[in-house]
Amino acid sequence: MRRFLLARLGWAVPVILAILVVNFLIIHIVPGDPIQALIGDFPAPPGYADQIRHEFGLDQPVSTQLGLYLLNLAKGQLGFSFANRQPVLGLILQRAQFTLLLMLPALAAAAILGIVMALAAAPRAGSLYDSGLTALSLVGFSLPIFWLGQLLVIVFAIKLHLLPAQGMFSLRERLTGWPYVLDVLWHLVLPMFSVTIYYVAIVARVARASVLDALSQDFVLTAKAKGLSRRHVLWRHVLPNALIPVVTVIGYNFGYSLTGAILVETVFAWPGLGNLFITSIGNRDYPVLQGIFLLTAIAVVIANVATDLIYASLDPRVRATGLGHA
Amino acid sequence: MRRMWRRFLAYRAGVLAAAYVLVLVLVAAATPFLPGPDPLQISNDVMQAPSLAHLLGTDELGRDVLSGIVHGVAVSLTVGFAAALAATVIGVVIGATAGYWGGLFDLLVMRIAEVFQVVPSFILAAVIVALSGPGLTRVVSVIALLAWPQVARLMRGEVMRIKGLEFVDAVRCLGVREPVILATEVIPNALAPVLAAGTLIVAQAILLEAALSFLGLSSADLVSWGRMLNSGQRFLYNAWWLSVFPGTAIFLTVLAFNLLGDAIGAALNPRTET
Repeated sequence: MRRFLLARLGWAVPVILAILVVNFLIIHIVPGDPIQALIGDFPAPPGYADQIRHEFGLDQPVSTQLGLYLLNLAKGQLGFSFANRQPVLGLILQRAQFTLLLMLPALAAAAILGIVMALAAAPRAGSLYDSGLTALSLVGFSLPIFWLGQLLVIVFAIKLHLLPAQGMFSLRERLTGWPYVLDVLWHLVLPMFSVTIYYVAIVARVARASVLDALSQDFVLTAKAKGLSRRHVLWRHVLPNALIPVVTVIGYNFGYSLTGAILVETVFAWPGLGNLFITSIGNRDYPVLQGIFLLTAIAVVIANVATDLIYASLDPRVRATGLGHA
Repeated sequence: MRRMWRRFLAYRAGVLAAAYVLVLVLVAAATPFLPGPDPLQISNDVMQAPSLAHLLGTDELGRDVLSGIVHGVAVSLTVGFAAALAATVIGVVIGATAGYWGGLFDLLVMRIAEVFQVVPSFILAAVIVALSGPGLTRVVSVIALLAWPQVARLMRGEVMRIKGLEFVDAVRCLGVREPVILATEVIPNALAPVLAAGTLIVAQAILLEAALSFLGLSSADLVSWGRMLNSGQRFLYNAWWLSVFPGTAIFLTVLAFNLLGDAIGAALNPRTET
């Protein structure tokens, strides 16, 4: 297991280094002075630009600049957002919580729904259900996620008045304790559903294939021959084996769901990273934009490595043979 | 060839999608000659619900939504085709070179491709466009930059498979030079899956452009579907038609290219049964 972990880290470290270099190069695509990318367009105090120019060595050769840039990042220095009067790193981490609050339940719901759909259908694999799943995933791939959000708001919030359209909690009353939690959950329903629908399709397809595969294995025949009930075989013998590919598909799609959450947030005014992203575009607050890219990219790499580790701990065969990154 | 065509026809959804794409191409080509109001022409009919005068309603400046959607076809198709073409050409050249000669270049290219596949590409695209300024050419270049690794990986795999086949050795025995073998014998035989992938990239590019415009990362004087959804977001409470119609246009178009890509893939893959 330790060798496997080292191999995965050997993959992740160069990828993260490359992401840092990409982020460095982005500074230089701003037309005009690269200092603009480092402090943004919001009025900064006089002297700050000169200080940053010196800290990042903008008057020195590019190789020195890259070195200084990496050094500054290593110190956790992602810049300062003058629009928010706050260091970028803290700002992003603070907002990331709300994005995770939207994303993780969405992924969990997608996993559960997808698996249930697969378990319900796979034992009697009919072609109608199969084409239904294919259609669902095609729709999921083609649907602009933010447009789905808008449609849900129009139907469920504006026309039917069933659910709140925007925000994370009610502004009319200050709730605390359980009523507050319920209120947040209530606001979570529509944005969560927007993020979920695409993943349900992916998970259901993968889970269906792996359930079918597990059903044809000898151990299922053995379990049936022992006289175990149909339900027992399905839940205790088929499901654990079918879960492994599902874990991978969810983990590897972490980046997509992050992007999806960011787009959905702008529709629902959910106060997470997506909201920060769009206000920072409006404010031309470049360090925040770059910081969001950097941290989300690193989060995706970590999610990939974590997925591989979970995969390996679930399936001993992987540890033995190693895993080429697909 | 005929069997391939029949397989494609058997994939009925693919044919329907192809017909729809053909109509879109015709609309895009005919846009300057179409009757109806200029999509940017403001008027006093502000925020009108769909009616006989304005079939799909008007927006906050009294601009006709139907006209906007019709003119948006050209923008979406231009971005989709240009980005997919650029990504495919870059991907084919790099993937083929890497797959044929291998070595350090192959290693380097595949690691770079891996990085591009791991990073959240929409966020990267949005940051680049936000910092460098909007503009169709920039958007197309960014999408191509993010999409070429898909083609390169596919091409590399195909080239590695094909270069080991006997007919390549036969050509080599005739004394043909290696770059010529690659260009005239190997690449043409590897293009089939690339064509399907390229069609799927058109769909991704249209979706990505729509998302960028939705965030306001496109020039205001250009009518695009994503841009219309951006107005729709601001007037969600009063004007459902500003969201519903442009979004339907994006959805159907992306769906069509996805279906077409799947159909082309199935038609060109000799292992598919009909």
